Amino acid sequence: MVEGILVDGLIFALMAMGVFITFRILDFPDLTVDGSFATGAAVVTMSITGGLGIFPGLLLAFLSGAAAGTVTAVIHNRLKVPNLLAGILTMTMLYSINIRVLGGRANVALLRVDTLISRVINLGGSVPREITLLLFMIIFTGSIKLLLDLFFHTDMGITLGAMGNNEQMVISQGVNPRTMKVLGVGLSNGLVALSGAMLAQYQGFADANLGVGIVVQGLAAVMLGEFLFRSNKIGMLTLQVIFGAILYKALMFFGRYYGYYINLTPSDLKLLTGLLVIASLVIAKSRKNKPVNSSKRGGGTNA
Amino acid sequence: MIKLENMTMVFNPGTVNENTAIRNLSMTVNKGDFITVIGSNGAGKTTLLNLISGSVFPTEGKIRIQEKDVSRTPEYQRASFIGRIFQDPTMGTAGKLSLEDNMNICYKKGFKGLKISLNAKRRKIFQQALEPLKMGLESRLKDNVGLLSGGQRQALTLLMTVLSHPELLLLDEHTAALDPRNAEIVLELTRQFISEYQLTAMMITHNMKHAIEMGNRLLMMDGGEIIFDVRGEEKQNLTVEKLVKKFHELRSKEFATDEDLLAR
Ligand SMILES: Nc1ncnc2c1ncn2[C@@H]1O[C@H](COP(=O)(O)OP(=O)(O)OP(=O)(O)O)[C@@H](O)[C@H]1O
Ligand SMILES: [Mg+2]
Repeated sequence: MVEGILVDGLIFALMAMGVFITFRILDFPDLTVDGSFATGAAVVTMSITGGLGIFPGLLLAFLSGAAAGTVTAVIHNRLKVPNLLAGILTMTMLYSINIRVLGGRANVALLRVDTLISRVINLGGSVPREITLLLFMIIFTGSIKLLLDLFFHTDMGITLGAMGNNEQMVISQGVNPRTMKVLGVGLSNGLVALSGAMLAQYQGFADANLGVGIVVQGLAAVMLGEFLFRSNKIGMLTLQVIFGAILYKALMFFGRYYGYYINLTPSDLKLLTGLLVIASLVIAKSRKNKPVNSSKRGGGTNA
Repeated sequence: MIKLENMTMVFNPGTVNENTAIRNLSMTVNKGDFITVIGSNGAGKTTLLNLISGSVFPTEGKIRIQEKDVSRTPEYQRASFIGRIFQDPTMGTAGKLSLEDNMNICYKKGFKGLKISLNAKRRKIFQQALEPLKMGLESRLKDNVGLLSGGQRQALTLLMTVLSHPELLLLDEHTAALDPRNAEIVLELTRQFISEYQLTAMMITHNMKHAIEMGNRLLMMDGGEIIFDVRGEEKQNLTVEKLVKKFHELRSKEFATDEDLLAR
Protein backbone atom coordinates (compact mmCIF):
# COMPACT_ATOMS: atom_id res chain seq x y z
CA MET A 1 0.00 0.00 0.00
CA VAL A 2 2.69 2.48 1.01
CA GLU A 3 4.78 1.47 -2.01
CA GLY A 4 1.76 1.98 -4.23
CA ILE A 5 1.20 5.50 -2.94
CA LEU A 6 4.87 6.33 -3.37
CA VAL A 7 5.02 5.05 -6.95
CA ASP A 8 1.81 6.91 -7.74
CA GLY A 9 3.23 10.05 -6.18
CA LEU A 10 6.54 9.80 -8.01
CA ILE A 11 4.84 9.47 -11.40
CA PHE A 12 2.52 12.30 -10.47
CA ALA A 13 5.48 14.42 -9.31
CA LEU A 14 6.75 14.69 -12.90
CA MET A 15 3.53 16.46 -13.80
CA ALA A 16 3.64 18.58 -10.65
CA MET A 17 7.15 19.76 -11.58
CA GLY A 18 5.73 20.93 -14.89
CA VAL A 19 2.97 22.82 -13.08
CA PHE A 20 5.59 24.26 -10.74
CA ILE A 21 7.56 25.65 -13.69
CA THR A 22 4.60 27.48 -15.19
CA PHE A 23 2.71 28.56 -12.08
CA ARG A 24 5.61 29.32 -9.81
CA ILE A 25 8.65 30.11 -11.91
CA LEU A 26 7.13 31.65 -15.01
CA ASP A 27 3.99 33.03 -13.36
CA PHE A 28 2.16 31.74 -16.44
CA PRO A 29 -0.89 29.83 -15.16
CA ASP A 30 -1.02 27.24 -17.90
CA LEU A 31 -4.05 25.01 -18.41
CA THR A 32 -2.63 23.18 -21.41
CA VAL A 33 -1.68 20.54 -18.85
CA ASP A 34 -5.20 19.07 -18.75
CA GLY A 35 -4.74 18.13 -22.40
CA SER A 36 -1.04 17.43 -22.66
CA PHE A 37 -1.10 14.88 -19.85
CA ALA A 38 -3.37 12.64 -21.91
CA THR A 39 -1.33 13.46 -25.02
CA GLY A 40 1.72 11.92 -23.37
CA ALA A 41 -0.27 8.85 -22.41
CA ALA A 42 -1.76 8.49 -25.89
CA VAL A 43 1.52 9.00 -27.73
CA VAL A 44 3.46 6.46 -25.68
CA THR A 45 0.65 3.91 -25.89
CA MET A 46 0.36 4.15 -29.64
CA SER A 47 4.14 4.14 -30.03
CA ILE A 48 4.44 0.94 -28.03
CA THR A 49 1.46 -0.84 -29.57
CA GLY A 50 2.53 0.38 -33.01
CA GLY A 51 5.97 -1.12 -32.58
CA LEU A 52 8.00 2.10 -32.45
CA GLY A 53 9.51 1.06 -29.16
CA ILE A 54 9.43 2.18 -25.57
CA PHE A 55 12.18 4.76 -25.45
CA PRO A 56 11.39 6.44 -28.76
CA GLY A 57 7.81 6.46 -27.50
CA LEU A 58 8.76 8.22 -24.28
CA LEU A 59 10.85 10.76 -26.16
CA LEU A 60 8.02 11.36 -28.59
CA ALA A 61 5.60 11.80 -25.68
CA PHE A 62 7.86 14.43 -24.13
CA LEU A 63 8.22 16.21 -27.46
CA SER A 64 4.49 16.24 -28.19
CA GLY A 65 3.85 17.74 -24.77
CA ALA A 66 6.53 20.34 -25.45
CA ALA A 67 4.91 21.08 -28.80
CA ALA A 68 1.54 21.58 -27.12
CA GLY A 69 3.10 23.99 -24.65
CA THR A 70 4.77 25.83 -27.49
CA VAL A 71 1.41 26.28 -29.20
CA THR A 72 -0.01 27.84 -26.02
CA ALA A 73 2.94 30.18 -25.62
CA VAL A 74 2.84 31.23 -29.26
CA ILE A 75 -0.92 31.91 -29.12
CA HIS A 76 -0.28 34.04 -26.05
CA ASN A 77 2.74 35.82 -27.57
CA ARG A 78 1.48 36.47 -31.06
CA LEU A 79 -2.21 37.14 -30.50
CA LYS A 80 -1.72 38.84 -27.13
CA VAL A 81 -4.30 36.48 -25.67
CA PRO A 82 -4.24 36.15 -21.85
CA ASN A 83 -2.25 33.08 -20.83
CA LEU A 84 -5.25 31.38 -19.23
CA LEU A 85 -7.27 31.60 -22.43
CA ALA A 86 -4.34 30.48 -24.57
CA GLY A 87 -4.00 27.38 -22.38
CA ILE A 88 -7.71 26.61 -22.52
CA LEU A 89 -7.66 26.89 -26.31
CA THR A 90 -4.81 24.40 -26.67
CA MET A 91 -6.31 22.10 -24.06
CA THR A 92 -9.63 22.01 -25.92
CA MET A 93 -7.97 21.31 -29.24
CA LEU A 94 -5.83 18.63 -27.66
CA TYR A 95 -8.90 16.67 -26.64
CA SER A 96 -9.73 16.05 -30.32
CA ILE A 97 -6.10 15.42 -31.16
CA ASN A 98 -5.70 12.90 -28.36
CA ILE A 99 -8.64 10.87 -29.65
CA ARG A 100 -7.11 11.00 -33.13
CA VAL A 101 -3.82 9.77 -31.73
CA LEU A 102 -5.66 6.92 -30.03
CA GLY A 103 -7.03 5.94 -33.43
CA GLY A 104 -10.48 7.41 -32.93
CA ARG A 105 -11.02 5.65 -29.62
CA ALA A 106 -11.41 7.16 -26.17
CA ASN A 107 -9.06 4.62 -24.64
CA VAL A 108 -6.53 2.04 -25.68
CA ALA A 109 -5.14 -0.74 -23.50
CA LEU A 110 -1.50 -1.65 -23.14
CA LEU A 111 -2.09 -5.32 -22.46
CA ARG A 112 0.30 -8.13 -23.34
CA VAL A 113 2.93 -5.69 -24.61
CA ASP A 114 6.28 -4.79 -23.17
CA THR A 115 6.33 -1.45 -21.41
CA LEU A 116 9.04 0.25 -19.43
CA ILE A 117 7.17 -0.72 -16.29
CA SER A 118 6.81 -4.40 -17.22
CA ARG A 119 10.46 -4.56 -18.21
CA VAL A 120 11.56 -3.07 -14.92
CA ILE A 121 9.42 -5.56 -13.02
CA ASN A 122 10.98 -8.44 -14.97
CA LEU A 123 14.40 -7.03 -14.25
CA GLY A 124 13.63 -7.21 -10.54
CA GLY A 125 13.37 -10.99 -10.68
CA SER A 126 12.22 -12.34 -7.35
CA VAL A 127 12.11 -8.92 -5.66
CA PRO A 128 8.47 -7.96 -4.98
CA ARG A 129 7.21 -5.94 -7.93
CA GLU A 130 6.12 -2.99 -5.81
CA ILE A 131 9.61 -2.64 -4.36
CA THR A 132 11.28 -2.88 -7.77
CA LEU A 133 8.92 -0.31 -9.19
CA LEU A 134 9.44 2.00 -6.25
CA LEU A 135 13.22 1.85 -6.60
CA PHE A 136 12.92 2.46 -10.31
CA MET A 137 10.61 5.43 -9.93
CA ILE A 138 12.87 6.98 -7.30
CA ILE A 139 15.72 6.78 -9.79
CA PHE A 140 13.58 7.94 -12.71
CA THR A 141 11.90 10.92 -11.07
CA GLY A 142 15.08 11.70 -9.14
CA SER A 143 17.11 11.89 -12.36
CA ILE A 144 14.57 14.17 -13.99
CA LYS A 145 14.63 16.35 -10.89
CA LEU A 146 18.43 16.56 -10.98
CA LEU A 147 18.42 17.38 -14.68
CA LEU A 148 15.89 20.11 -14.00
CA ASP A 149 18.02 21.49 -11.16
CA LEU A 150 21.01 21.51 -13.48
CA PHE A 151 19.02 23.37 -16.10
CA PHE A 152 18.03 26.02 -13.58
CA HIS A 153 21.70 26.59 -12.83
CA THR A 154 22.51 27.44 -16.43
CA ASP A 155 22.37 31.02 -17.67
CA MET A 156 19.18 30.22 -19.50
CA GLY A 157 17.61 28.57 -16.48
CA ILE A 158 18.45 31.45 -14.16
CA THR A 159 16.97 33.87 -16.66
CA LEU A 160 13.84 31.76 -16.84
CA GLY A 161 13.73 32.04 -13.06
CA ALA A 162 13.65 35.82 -13.34
CA MET A 163 10.84 35.81 -15.91
CA GLY A 164 7.86 35.32 -13.66
CA ASN A 165 9.36 37.63 -11.11
CA ASN A 166 10.40 40.57 -13.24
CA GLU A 167 9.84 40.40 -16.97
CA GLN A 168 11.09 43.94 -17.43
CA MET A 169 14.47 42.95 -16.07
CA VAL A 170 14.72 40.07 -18.52
CA ILE A 171 13.91 42.43 -21.38
CA SER A 172 16.41 44.98 -20.10
CA GLN A 173 19.09 42.31 -20.25
CA GLY A 174 18.54 41.81 -23.94
CA VAL A 175 16.54 38.60 -23.73
CA ASN A 176 13.37 38.10 -25.74
CA PRO A 177 10.65 37.33 -23.17
CA ARG A 178 8.59 35.51 -25.80
CA THR A 179 11.37 33.01 -26.37
CA MET A 180 11.60 32.41 -22.63
CA LYS A 181 7.86 31.76 -22.42
CA VAL A 182 8.01 29.25 -25.26
CA LEU A 183 10.92 27.50 -23.55
CA GLY A 184 9.29 27.45 -20.13
CA VAL A 185 5.79 26.42 -21.15
CA GLY A 186 7.27 23.90 -23.59
CA LEU A 187 9.50 22.32 -20.98
CA SER A 188 6.63 22.25 -18.49
CA ASN A 189 4.27 20.42 -20.82
CA GLY A 190 7.03 18.07 -21.90
CA LEU A 191 7.31 16.96 -18.28
CA VAL A 192 3.54 16.75 -17.97
CA ALA A 193 3.33 14.51 -21.04
CA LEU A 194 6.15 12.36 -19.73
CA SER A 195 4.19 11.94 -16.53
CA GLY A 196 1.11 10.92 -18.51
CA ALA A 197 3.24 8.48 -20.49
CA MET A 198 4.52 6.83 -17.30
CA LEU A 199 1.03 6.63 -15.85
CA ALA A 200 -0.34 4.97 -18.99
CA GLN A 201 2.29 2.25 -18.72
CA TYR A 202 1.74 1.88 -15.00
CA GLN A 203 -2.02 1.49 -15.22
CA GLY A 204 -1.90 -0.32 -18.55
CA PHE A 205 -4.02 1.96 -20.70
CA ALA A 206 -4.31 5.46 -22.13
CA ASP A 207 -7.51 7.42 -21.87
CA ALA A 208 -8.47 10.66 -23.57
CA ASN A 209 -9.96 11.88 -20.29
CA LEU A 210 -6.89 11.06 -18.25
CA GLY A 211 -5.91 14.67 -17.69
CA VAL A 212 -9.24 16.21 -16.76
CA GLY A 213 -8.69 18.34 -13.67
CA ILE A 214 -5.05 17.36 -13.40
CA VAL A 215 -3.71 20.91 -13.38
CA VAL A 216 -5.54 21.65 -10.14
CA GLN A 217 -4.17 18.46 -8.67
CA GLY A 218 -0.68 19.49 -9.68
CA LEU A 219 -1.23 22.87 -8.10
CA ALA A 220 -2.44 21.21 -4.92
CA ALA A 221 0.76 19.15 -4.84
CA VAL A 222 2.92 22.23 -5.38
CA MET A 223 1.15 24.09 -2.59
CA LEU A 224 1.32 21.18 -0.16
CA GLY A 225 5.04 20.97 -0.83
CA GLU A 226 5.48 24.64 -0.07
CA PHE A 227 4.20 24.10 3.46
CA LEU A 228 6.94 21.59 4.21
CA PHE A 229 9.94 23.93 4.40
CA ARG A 230 11.21 27.22 2.98
CA SER A 231 14.15 27.72 0.71
CA ASN A 232 15.30 29.79 -2.25
CA LYS A 233 17.41 26.99 -3.70
CA ILE A 234 16.03 25.36 -6.80
CA GLY A 235 17.11 21.90 -5.67
CA MET A 236 15.04 22.31 -2.54
CA LEU A 237 12.07 23.71 -4.42
CA THR A 238 11.90 20.76 -6.82
CA LEU A 239 12.27 18.42 -3.85
CA GLN A 240 9.30 20.17 -2.25
CA VAL A 241 7.26 19.48 -5.36
CA ILE A 242 8.08 15.77 -5.23
CA PHE A 243 7.21 15.55 -1.54
CA GLY A 244 4.07 17.56 -2.17
CA ALA A 245 3.03 15.19 -4.95
CA ILE A 246 3.49 12.16 -2.71
CA LEU A 247 1.66 13.86 0.12
CA TYR A 248 -1.19 14.70 -2.20
CA LYS A 249 -1.47 11.13 -3.41
CA ALA A 250 -1.43 9.91 0.18
CA LEU A 251 -4.20 12.30 1.15
CA MET A 252 -6.29 11.22 -1.82
CA PHE A 253 -5.66 7.59 -0.95
CA PHE A 254 -6.95 8.11 2.54
CA GLY A 255 -9.81 10.16 1.16
CA ARG A 256 -10.80 7.20 -0.96
CA TYR A 257 -10.09 4.59 1.69
CA TYR A 258 -11.69 6.15 4.71
CA GLY A 259 -14.02 8.50 2.87
CA TYR A 260 -16.17 5.45 2.31
CA TYR A 261 -17.25 5.63 5.92
CA ILE A 262 -18.58 9.13 5.51
CA ASN A 263 -20.14 8.34 2.16
CA LEU A 264 -17.43 9.89 -0.04
CA THR A 265 -17.18 8.38 -3.50
CA PRO A 266 -14.18 8.58 -5.87
CA SER A 267 -16.01 11.25 -7.81
CA ASP A 268 -15.87 13.47 -4.73
CA LEU A 269 -12.07 13.58 -4.87
CA LYS A 270 -12.01 16.48 -7.31
CA LEU A 271 -14.12 18.44 -4.85
CA LEU A 272 -11.66 17.52 -2.11
CA THR A 273 -8.75 18.61 -4.30
CA GLY A 274 -10.35 21.96 -4.99
CA LEU A 275 -11.03 22.47 -1.29
CA LEU A 276 -7.43 21.52 -0.56
CA VAL A 277 -6.17 24.20 -2.95
CA ILE A 278 -8.54 26.77 -1.45
CA ALA A 279 -7.41 25.85 2.07
CA SER A 280 -3.77 26.15 0.99
CA LEU A 281 -4.47 29.57 -0.50
CA VAL A 282 -6.14 30.70 2.71
CA ILE A 283 -3.25 29.46 4.85
CA ALA A 284 -0.64 30.96 2.52
CA LYS A 285 -2.49 34.27 2.59
CA SER A 286 -2.73 34.42 6.36
CA ARG A 287 0.97 33.61 6.57
CA LYS A 288 1.83 36.40 4.19
CA ASN A 289 -0.16 38.91 6.21
CA LYS A 290 1.81 38.10 9.30
CA PRO A 291 4.66 40.53 9.81
CA VAL A 292 7.89 38.83 8.81
CA ASN A 293 11.10 39.51 10.65
CA SER A 294 12.55 42.39 8.71
CA SER A 295 16.02 41.23 7.89
CA LYS A 296 17.97 44.25 6.78
CA ARG A 297 21.68 44.52 6.89
CA GLY A 298 23.98 41.71 7.81
CA GLY A 299 21.38 38.97 8.09
CA GLY A 300 22.88 35.88 6.59
CA THR A 301 19.79 33.75 6.35
CA ASN A 302 18.15 32.59 3.18
CA ALA A 303 14.44 33.15 2.96
CA MET B 1 25.55 58.77 -31.26
CA ILE B 2 21.79 58.74 -30.74
CA LYS B 3 19.61 60.80 -32.99
CA LEU B 4 15.92 61.49 -32.63
CA GLU B 5 14.35 62.91 -35.76
CA ASN B 6 10.94 64.58 -35.62
CA MET B 7 9.60 62.16 -33.07
CA THR B 8 5.93 62.34 -32.19
CA MET B 9 4.20 60.07 -29.74
CA VAL B 10 0.43 60.05 -29.62
CA PHE B 11 -1.28 57.76 -27.11
CA ASN B 12 -4.72 56.37 -27.91
CA PRO B 13 -4.99 58.14 -31.26
CA GLY B 14 -8.50 58.76 -32.53
CA THR B 15 -10.17 58.28 -29.17
CA VAL B 16 -11.40 60.71 -26.55
CA ASN B 17 -8.25 59.86 -24.61
CA GLU B 18 -5.96 60.96 -27.42
CA ASN B 19 -2.86 62.44 -25.87
CA THR B 20 0.23 63.77 -27.58
CA ALA B 21 3.06 63.04 -25.16
CA ILE B 22 5.94 63.97 -27.48
CA ARG B 23 5.56 66.62 -30.13
CA ASN B 24 7.85 66.71 -33.18
CA LEU B 25 10.98 66.36 -31.09
CA SER B 26 14.48 66.22 -32.54
CA MET B 27 17.72 65.94 -30.64
CA THR B 28 21.14 64.32 -30.70
CA VAL B 29 22.88 62.66 -27.81
CA ASN B 30 26.64 62.80 -28.29
CA LYS B 31 29.04 60.24 -26.97
CA GLY B 32 30.12 61.15 -23.46
CA ASP B 33 27.14 63.43 -22.82
CA PHE B 34 25.69 63.37 -19.34
CA ILE B 35 22.32 64.99 -19.80
CA THR B 36 19.97 65.92 -16.98
CA VAL B 37 16.30 66.23 -17.90
CA ILE B 38 13.77 68.33 -16.01
CA GLY B 39 10.16 69.29 -16.59
CA SER B 40 6.81 69.32 -14.85
CA ASN B 41 4.65 66.23 -14.38
CA GLY B 42 3.38 64.93 -17.68
CA ALA B 43 5.94 66.92 -19.67
CA GLY B 44 6.90 63.76 -21.54
CA LYS B 45 10.24 62.93 -19.89
CA THR B 46 9.48 59.26 -19.23
CA THR B 47 7.92 58.90 -22.66
CA LEU B 48 11.12 60.27 -24.19
CA LEU B 49 13.16 57.57 -22.44
CA ASN B 50 10.55 54.95 -23.37
CA LEU B 51 10.96 55.93 -27.02
CA ILE B 52 14.72 55.69 -26.82
CA SER B 53 14.71 52.33 -25.05
CA GLY B 54 12.01 50.95 -27.31
CA SER B 55 9.32 50.14 -24.78
CA VAL B 56 7.03 52.25 -26.99
CA PHE B 57 7.34 52.93 -30.70
CA PRO B 58 6.92 56.46 -32.06
CA THR B 59 3.77 57.45 -33.92
CA GLU B 60 5.99 59.44 -36.25
CA GLY B 61 9.66 60.12 -36.63
CA LYS B 62 12.84 58.10 -36.44
CA ILE B 63 15.40 57.14 -33.88
CA ARG B 64 18.93 56.17 -34.82
CA ILE B 65 21.51 54.55 -32.62
CA GLN B 66 24.97 54.85 -34.17
CA GLU B 67 23.40 55.73 -37.53
CA LYS B 68 21.23 52.60 -37.51
CA ASP B 69 17.49 53.20 -37.70
CA VAL B 70 16.05 51.37 -34.71
CA SER B 71 12.59 52.98 -34.70
CA ARG B 72 10.90 49.57 -34.87
CA THR B 73 13.55 47.48 -33.13
CA PRO B 74 12.07 45.75 -30.07
CA GLU B 75 13.22 46.82 -26.64
CA TYR B 76 15.07 43.59 -25.87
CA GLN B 77 17.26 44.05 -28.94
CA ARG B 78 18.08 47.66 -28.15
CA ALA B 79 18.90 46.58 -24.63
CA SER B 80 22.39 45.55 -25.67
CA PHE B 81 23.15 49.28 -26.12
CA ILE B 82 21.01 50.66 -23.38
CA GLY B 83 21.01 50.31 -19.62
CA ARG B 84 17.92 51.62 -17.94
CA ILE B 85 17.04 52.24 -14.33
CA PHE B 86 13.55 53.00 -13.17
CA GLN B 87 12.15 54.95 -10.26
CA ASP B 88 10.86 51.76 -8.63
CA PRO B 89 13.83 49.92 -7.08
CA THR B 90 12.10 46.56 -7.62
CA MET B 91 12.09 46.98 -11.40
CA GLY B 92 15.77 46.36 -11.99
CA THR B 93 16.22 43.10 -10.13
CA ALA B 94 14.33 39.87 -9.54
CA GLY B 95 13.45 39.80 -5.84
CA LYS B 96 12.92 36.05 -5.66
CA LEU B 97 16.38 35.31 -7.01
CA SER B 98 19.63 35.53 -5.12
CA LEU B 99 22.07 38.38 -5.55
CA GLU B 100 24.49 36.22 -7.49
CA ASP B 101 21.79 34.95 -9.84
CA ASN B 102 20.69 38.51 -10.50
CA MET B 103 24.22 39.64 -11.17
CA ASN B 104 24.81 36.66 -13.41
CA ILE B 105 21.81 37.51 -15.59
CA CYS B 106 23.12 41.04 -15.99
CA TYR B 107 26.74 40.11 -16.51
CA LYS B 108 26.41 39.69 -20.24
CA LYS B 109 23.55 41.03 -22.30
CA GLY B 110 21.72 39.04 -24.91
CA PHE B 111 20.46 35.48 -25.33
CA LYS B 112 21.33 33.12 -22.50
CA GLY B 113 22.48 29.65 -23.41
CA LEU B 114 22.83 26.38 -21.55
CA LYS B 115 26.18 27.24 -20.06
CA ILE B 116 26.75 27.21 -16.33
CA SER B 117 28.82 30.35 -16.02
CA LEU B 118 28.17 31.13 -12.37
CA ASN B 119 31.31 29.66 -10.83
CA ALA B 120 33.78 30.54 -8.10
CA LYS B 121 35.64 32.92 -10.39
CA ARG B 122 32.44 34.75 -11.27
CA ARG B 123 31.47 35.02 -7.62
CA LYS B 124 34.85 36.54 -6.84
CA ILE B 125 34.28 39.13 -9.57
CA PHE B 126 30.84 39.89 -8.14
CA GLN B 127 32.20 40.28 -4.61
CA GLN B 128 34.91 42.65 -5.75
CA ALA B 129 32.38 44.66 -7.72
CA LEU B 130 30.07 44.92 -4.70
CA GLU B 131 32.72 46.15 -2.29
CA PRO B 132 32.80 49.77 -3.50
CA LEU B 133 29.10 50.07 -2.64
CA LYS B 134 30.11 49.76 1.03
CA MET B 135 26.80 48.12 1.88
CA GLY B 136 28.12 44.75 2.97
CA LEU B 137 26.48 43.09 -0.01
CA GLU B 138 29.66 41.20 -0.90
CA SER B 139 28.92 38.74 1.90
CA ARG B 140 25.29 38.26 0.88
CA LEU B 141 25.60 36.73 -2.59
CA LYS B 142 23.21 33.91 -1.70
CA ASP B 143 20.54 36.13 -0.18
CA ASN B 144 17.42 36.86 -2.15
CA VAL B 145 17.42 40.38 -3.52
CA GLY B 146 13.94 40.81 -2.08
CA LEU B 147 15.57 41.01 1.37
CA LEU B 148 17.52 44.14 0.49
CA SER B 149 16.37 47.64 1.33
CA GLY B 150 15.21 49.92 -1.46
CA GLY B 151 18.47 51.84 -1.40
CA GLN B 152 20.59 48.70 -1.48
CA ARG B 153 18.50 47.33 -4.30
CA GLN B 154 18.77 50.47 -6.39
CA ALA B 155 22.53 50.66 -5.78
CA LEU B 156 22.79 47.03 -6.89
CA THR B 157 20.74 47.74 -10.01
CA LEU B 158 23.00 50.67 -10.81
CA LEU B 159 26.10 48.55 -10.33
CA MET B 160 24.78 45.69 -12.44
CA THR B 161 23.77 48.08 -15.20
CA VAL B 162 27.15 49.77 -15.22
CA LEU B 163 29.01 46.45 -15.26
CA SER B 164 27.28 45.52 -18.51
CA HIS B 165 28.92 48.59 -20.14
CA PRO B 166 25.89 50.18 -21.81
CA GLU B 167 26.47 52.68 -24.62
CA LEU B 168 23.73 54.77 -23.08
CA LEU B 169 22.51 54.87 -19.51
CA LEU B 170 18.93 56.01 -18.92
CA LEU B 171 17.94 57.03 -15.41
CA ASP B 172 14.30 57.86 -14.70
CA GLU B 173 14.09 59.56 -11.29
CA HIS B 174 16.04 56.60 -10.00
CA THR B 175 16.45 58.08 -6.52
CA ALA B 176 12.93 59.48 -6.12
CA ALA B 177 11.57 56.45 -4.25
CA LEU B 178 14.42 56.38 -1.73
CA ASP B 179 14.76 58.09 1.63
CA PRO B 180 17.00 61.19 1.53
CA ARG B 181 20.07 59.42 2.90
CA ASN B 182 19.90 56.50 0.45
CA ALA B 183 19.01 58.86 -2.38
CA GLU B 184 22.20 60.76 -1.68
CA ILE B 185 24.26 57.55 -1.63
CA VAL B 186 22.83 56.27 -4.90
CA LEU B 187 23.22 59.65 -6.53
CA GLU B 188 26.84 59.82 -5.46
CA LEU B 189 27.43 56.34 -6.89
CA THR B 190 25.78 57.45 -10.11
CA ARG B 191 28.12 60.41 -10.38
CA GLN B 192 31.10 58.21 -9.60
CA PHE B 193 30.24 55.40 -12.05
CA ILE B 194 29.41 57.74 -14.90
CA SER B 195 32.75 59.49 -14.69
CA GLU B 196 34.72 56.34 -13.92
CA TYR B 197 33.29 54.38 -16.85
CA GLN B 198 32.88 57.47 -19.06
CA LEU B 199 29.26 56.62 -19.72
CA THR B 200 26.85 58.50 -21.90
CA ALA B 201 23.80 59.12 -19.75
CA MET B 202 20.41 60.79 -19.53
CA MET B 203 19.01 61.42 -16.07
CA ILE B 204 15.49 62.60 -15.31
CA THR B 205 15.18 64.40 -12.00
CA HIS B 206 12.76 66.64 -10.20
CA ASN B 207 15.56 68.13 -8.19
CA MET B 208 16.70 71.26 -10.00
CA LYS B 209 19.81 71.52 -7.89
CA HIS B 210 20.94 68.06 -8.97
CA ALA B 211 20.02 68.83 -12.56
CA ILE B 212 22.23 71.88 -12.47
CA GLU B 213 25.13 70.40 -10.56
CA MET B 214 25.39 67.12 -12.42
CA GLY B 215 26.22 66.45 -16.05
CA ASN B 216 27.38 68.60 -18.91
CA ARG B 217 24.04 69.30 -20.50
CA LEU B 218 20.52 70.09 -19.31
CA LEU B 219 17.19 69.65 -21.08
CA MET B 220 13.98 71.27 -19.95
CA MET B 221 10.81 69.72 -21.28
CA ASP B 222 7.25 70.94 -21.38
CA GLY B 223 4.20 69.76 -23.29
CA GLY B 224 6.15 67.07 -25.10
CA GLU B 225 8.81 69.45 -26.37
CA ILE B 226 12.34 70.33 -25.39
CA ILE B 227 12.05 74.00 -24.58
CA PHE B 228 15.56 74.58 -23.28
CA ASP B 229 18.83 72.80 -24.05
CA VAL B 230 21.97 74.15 -22.43
CA ARG B 231 25.45 72.75 -22.14
CA GLY B 232 29.01 73.58 -21.26
CA GLU B 233 29.76 76.85 -19.61
CA GLU B 234 26.27 78.20 -19.95
CA LYS B 235 25.05 75.26 -17.91
CA GLN B 236 27.78 75.70 -15.31
CA ASN B 237 26.52 79.20 -14.68
CA LEU B 238 22.88 78.18 -14.18
CA THR B 239 21.11 78.65 -10.87
CA VAL B 240 17.70 77.47 -9.80
CA GLU B 241 16.40 81.05 -10.00
CA LYS B 242 17.72 81.51 -13.52
CA LEU B 243 16.15 78.25 -14.57
CA VAL B 244 12.73 79.18 -13.22
CA LYS B 245 12.96 82.58 -14.85
CA LYS B 246 13.91 80.94 -18.10
CA PHE B 247 10.87 78.73 -17.93
CA HIS B 248 8.55 81.70 -17.47
CA GLU B 249 10.18 83.49 -20.37
CA LEU B 250 9.79 80.49 -22.61
CA ARG B 251 6.30 79.50 -21.71
CA SER B 252 4.91 82.59 -20.00
CA LYS B 253 2.74 80.30 -17.96
CA GLU B 254 1.39 81.18 -14.56
CA PHE B 255 1.89 78.78 -11.72
CA ALA B 256 0.89 79.15 -8.12
CA THR B 257 4.47 78.94 -6.97
CA ASP B 258 7.72 78.20 -8.66
CA GLU B 259 8.12 75.08 -6.58
CA ASP B 260 4.99 73.61 -8.13
CA LEU B 261 6.55 74.08 -11.46
CA LEU B 262 9.58 71.88 -11.47
CA ALA B 263 10.56 70.65 -8.07
CA ARG B 264 8.18 68.25 -6.43
N1 LIG C 1 1.08 54.34 -21.82
C1 LIG C 1 0.44 55.53 -21.87
N2 LIG C 1 -0.83 55.59 -22.32
C2 LIG C 1 -1.47 56.76 -22.40
N3 LIG C 1 -0.92 57.94 -22.05
C3 LIG C 1 0.33 57.95 -21.59
C4 LIG C 1 1.08 56.74 -21.47
N4 LIG C 1 2.31 57.04 -20.97
C5 LIG C 1 2.32 58.37 -20.78
N5 LIG C 1 1.14 58.92 -21.16
C6 LIG C 1 0.81 60.35 -21.12
O1 LIG C 1 1.84 61.05 -21.75
C7 LIG C 1 2.10 62.27 -21.07
C8 LIG C 1 3.56 62.33 -20.68
O2 LIG C 1 3.82 61.36 -19.66
P1 LIG C 1 5.24 61.07 -19.08
O3 LIG C 1 5.10 59.88 -18.23
O4 LIG C 1 6.21 60.99 -20.18
O5 LIG C 1 5.51 62.36 -18.21
P2 LIG C 1 6.75 62.68 -17.27
O6 LIG C 1 7.36 63.91 -17.80
O7 LIG C 1 7.61 61.52 -17.12
O8 LIG C 1 5.99 63.02 -15.91
P3 LIG C 1 6.38 62.69 -14.40
O9 LIG C 1 7.27 63.78 -13.97
O10 LIG C 1 5.08 62.72 -13.70
O11 LIG C 1 7.03 61.34 -14.38
C9 LIG C 1 1.16 62.32 -19.88
O12 LIG C 1 0.06 63.11 -20.23
C10 LIG C 1 0.74 60.90 -19.71
O13 LIG C 1 -0.55 60.81 -19.19
MG1 LIG D 1 8.10 60.17 -15.49
